[in-house]
Amino acid sequence: MAAMFDHLLHNYEEAAAIALLSIGFCMLLFDRNLLKKVIGLDIMNSGVFLLLADRGYIAGGKAPIMAEAASEAVRYVNPIPAGLVLVGIVVSVSMSALMLALTVRVYQTYRTLDVDHLYMLMSHRRKGGRA
Amino acid sequence: MSVVQNFPMFSIVLGLLCAIACFAAPRAWGRRITLALLLLSGVMQGCVLWYCYVNQASYRYQLGHYPAPWGSELTAGLLEPGMGLLFSVVMLLSVIGGGRHVGHDVADGKQHLYWVAVDLTLAALLAMCYTDDIFTAYVFIEICTIAACALLAVREGGRNLIASVRYMVFALIGSSLFLIGVVFTYAVTGQLLFPQLRQAVAALWEAGTYRFAMTVAIALMTAGLAVKSGCFPFHGWLPDAHSQATTASSCILSGVIVKGYAVLLIKIICRGLGAQVFMATGAQNVLLLLGLGGMVWCSIDAIFAKRLKVMIAFSSAAQIGYIFMGIGMGTAAGLTAAVLQMVSHAITKPMLFLAGSQLSDASHGRMDFPSLRGAGHRNVPAGILFTVGALSMVGVPLLAGFVPKLYFAREAFALGWQRWPVLLGLAASTVLNVLYFLYTAVLIWLPQEADCRFKPVKPHWDEYLPGFIFAGLNVAMGIHPGPLAALIDRAVALLGR
Repeated sequence: MAAMFDHLLHNYEEAAAIALLSIGFCMLLFDRNLLKKVIGLDIMNSGVFLLLADRGYIAGGKAPIMAEAASEAVRYVNPIPAGLVLVGIVVSVSMSALMLALTVRVYQTYRTLDVDHLYMLMSHRRKGGRA
Repeated sequence: MSVVQNFPMFSIVLGLLCAIACFAAPRAWGRRITLALLLLSGVMQGCVLWYCYVNQASYRYQLGHYPAPWGSELTAGLLEPGMGLLFSVVMLLSVIGGGRHVGHDVADGKQHLYWVAVDLTLAALLAMCYTDDIFTAYVFIEICTIAACALLAVREGGRNLIASVRYMVFALIGSSLFLIGVVFTYAVTGQLLFPQLRQAVAALWEAGTYRFAMTVAIALMTAGLAVKSGCFPFHGWLPDAHSQATTASSCILSGVIVKGYAVLLIKIICRGLGAQVFMATGAQNVLLLLGLGGMVWCSIDAIFAKRLKVMIAFSSAAQIGYIFMGIGMGTAAGLTAAVLQMVSHAITKPMLFLAGSQLSDASHGRMDFPSLRGAGHRNVPAGILFTVGALSMVGVPLLAGFVPKLYFAREAFALGWQRWPVLLGLAASTVLNVLYFLYTAVLIWLPQEADCRFKPVKPHWDEYLPGFIFAGLNVAMGIHPGPLAALIDRAVALLGR
């Protein structure tokens, strides 16, 4: 148990990332409120980005900008995860924006954000005839 | 480098540029730009397919000036341009056939946005087919999700907003699982490009290190793509999404988009992870069982559907089960049958949605089965097209739907313990297909009741043309499937190289 705690403490970035991932995914999966689902998505994406950024981090490493006249060998952090995180943030913001726009339209139309209630409306609809 | 080798990149960039053009150009131009894009894309995919067929080889196309692992790459063999060609043609016919409904279902001020979504969908699907980079695949999965949601939500009226929410929630869960899987894979291997990734995964697996982490990563990526494809039991979003959208969107969602994710899964298995490692994790057995479950369960759901489009949508979920069953067989012949199923479904389901909408128009827009009685007499061309599509879905010989079933059954005899589940699943699904599709095909040709208030409609022949092209392709594939099957065989063999 002590060894596990020590291991977690040593890899605290990964532990935090996995905690964020789990919290966000549970919110996305189980929360009935549509707005909280969007918040869960953002929390989960933050966890993913933290995990990715941590993969490229090198303690004491410099930003990966290579000067041509560099005379001494220096350690750079891995630039690929940083690039992935930047792309991921753009994608994540787009998805959140779309979900929030949908949420606003849903609330304006049905005056509820409870997904169970919304799905119930849909199942009633299925019993009807018109397209 | 030949000019043709640039076409995959050109077609993806052209799709993105046309989306911007549709947004910025005068609103009446959106449809024209999109039709031109789809036509040009089809021609370009055809050229790439011909180039790879003549040379009998695939090629890698480096993006920018940075080699792996910093840069990104596309790859084109026979499967990628073949599926790109299929997607372009099906989307072109779908937007022509469903064009009148787009004008009716989408508000005037938003129609140009509809065409933006169609263009983005094409670009994303082509990128998913061609990419050789797992993170690029994730980015275009999300672009495809956004565009597909727009295709669904843009319709005025109905409960499509709720269907969009449901679709987005499932899609986000799928994307999240896939992204976590990608991050785990990168964390373990340090690679994103498929060829390097496959080498790294094979080396790790052989050394016996990080096996659990790789298994989790593979499970997450597979589950993510299964959710997005509407594989059983994650198909809850599919019937509402496909039935609530406007006709052209239903055709695109059902005929094309779900297959984009399946093609990507096949590429990841064959090129990114290596089929041996994928099979060693046992994931293919899970896919096989899920596929079989979907074939039976969703067919039963289709029997109990109260509306025509919901029935067709549940049938799509069942047909996706066939694709996952083929992937789960874990053999090259199984993959060939799965790709044949994709082709067969892509040329049949849009025809059913188009004909179903036209039959509904002949019944004052009603979709419930009692109202559709005798609809074939009120709209004869639509009735004929629906009947051809229904017979194909059932698996009647000389039509496209029969071909993948034959290949699945033939391959089943070469399997071990999976043989009888596959054969029984095929038999059960076929019987259930007969129940709901033949019932509907008979219902629309029953004599109309004496007090029927629906009048025959004037045929719009331009709307029937795509349907008849789909029917022609169906018959051609059903009568002479050999060349297509041989091409797909080679395509699958090229994937693993």
